[in-house]
Amino acid sequence: MIRDITLGQYYAADSPVHRLDSRVKIAGVLLYIADLFIVDDFIGFGLCAAALCLYVVLSQVPVKFIMRGLKPILLILIMTFCLNIFMVDGRILWQWGFLKVTDEGIYTAVFMAVRLILLIIASSLLTLTTKPIELTDGIEKLMSPLAKIGVPAHDIAMTMSIALRFIPMLLEETDKIMKAQQARGADFESGNILRRAKSLIPILVPLFVSSFRIAQDLAMAMEARCYRGGKGRTRMKEMRLKGVDFLAFFLMLAFLAVVISERVVF
Amino acid sequence: MSEIIRIENMSFEYERDEDREPVKAIRDLSLCVEKGSFTAIIGKNGSGKSTLAKNLNGLLLPTGGKVFVKGWDTADDEHIWDVRQTAGMVFQNPDNQLVSSIVEDDVAFGPENLGVDPVEIRQRVDKALSSVNMGEYKNKSPHLLSGGQKQRIAIAGVVAMKPECIIFDEPTAMLDPRGRQEIMDIIEELHDEGIMVILITHFMDEAVRADRIVIVNEGRIFLDGTPGEVFREYDLIKSISLDVPMAVELAQRLRKRGIKIPEDVITSEGLVEYVCQYR
Repeated sequence: MIRDITLGQYYAADSPVHRLDSRVKIAGVLLYIADLFIVDDFIGFGLCAAALCLYVVLSQVPVKFIMRGLKPILLILIMTFCLNIFMVDGRILWQWGFLKVTDEGIYTAVFMAVRLILLIIASSLLTLTTKPIELTDGIEKLMSPLAKIGVPAHDIAMTMSIALRFIPMLLEETDKIMKAQQARGADFESGNILRRAKSLIPILVPLFVSSFRIAQDLAMAMEARCYRGGKGRTRMKEMRLKGVDFLAFFLMLAFLAVVISERVVF
Repeated sequence: MSEIIRIENMSFEYERDEDREPVKAIRDLSLCVEKGSFTAIIGKNGSGKSTLAKNLNGLLLPTGGKVFVKGWDTADDEHIWDVRQTAGMVFQNPDNQLVSSIVEDDVAFGPENLGVDPVEIRQRVDKALSSVNMGEYKNKSPHLLSGGQKQRIAIAGVVAMKPECIIFDEPTAMLDPRGRQEIMDIIEELHDEGIMVILITHFMDEAVRADRIVIVNEGRIFLDGTPGEVFREYDLIKSISLDVPMAVELAQRLRKRGIKIPEDVITSEGLVEYVCQYR
């Protein structure tokens, strides 16, 4: 289960989407999230889904890979779905005790689920097609105007890129700790929620301790390699916007316009 | 000036809680290391060898005495980055020293910090990666590589900074025998290319490959000399419960049985050679 999370994992390929400047891709995801919240009917979602499908095809990321990223949020998805289906008022279709299902409820539940799924796919596509370093470079560049008012843009970007580097490592560490404790008879699977939550404590404590140790080691290794913050630092891969990037950004804006006009018209 | 590292009467104490005595890790140690040499520093756990390594490029500063790298005092803030560029360092844990999630970006990290021109960084990275035979992995993610491969990336990251000296702090301690062999071969290659190597280790068979061995015990230099000179002191080494290389051990036992093996036979190859010609 621990290996299923694709968020923050890069899928190596040489597609037009991979080659796109990360700033454009970040802007694209933000615009797409805006699109999803502007949309208020299923025609709009159809448009959004079609655009996303096109993006997925262009990105050459296998669908299986994207779906794997959805698995961990399945629980959240089911929970919001259930809440919506039972909590929204409307014409009652089915009732049992205090539980009632309404037509409005079903509509809202499906609506929200679709929105959530598209949202997750779009944002995980960003990390699947963009190397973490490019991503953080992009964020650093996008935030650099804020550096003038005292926002530590470089430091934030560095922190994020290190977090991304160590996510798989901490997952492995968790796996290791769990196995070590299972080998000594720890039981993480049975009992009620409270018991299971309690049995997580012996995992979290060593994980916490070891992440501090890792941080200390890494800080020392970075210092040994002359890291001294963003000042005077050069980059091997300089970011330059190309024609394709402008074109992609234009298309994204155009799509936003389409979504807005769809909402106005229907 | 042919010496790169000069340690003068250095001591180092780890601070502890107020009511307890600080731990003396290094006591009044002096040492010079020549340009282009290959020195192995051996010691037991807690002998101070790792503390000594971290003092060599200003990651730790001595609490007494001085450490000079190419004439720069490591305690001098103005030259600390020159010191660290001159004396690169590879650490024990291959996982905890890689910064980036892409191999080539990680190798570029050091030169980027030094403010090297992007075009030159590209060249340095490609060269460093091919010098550790990891060129084909440059777009991979480190967490998919083996321990030995990760350690090779870490070495490439240091090589790309063009140091005159690389300090290896137990680089093979967490690797399997194959990874260990790969790393040792690369260390020897780097040394052949003219980089000064300081290898901190507790594997005697690795230390034999150096041209100078320094044994550290309780924060002091216990023995210092060529491998031949050092391993001649078989009983002394055993007295601080350190091991000797397998070949030295075997030669010693053979000597006890009356076979006169010369004392400069310290490697397995040397011993095989001698035994084959013995009559």
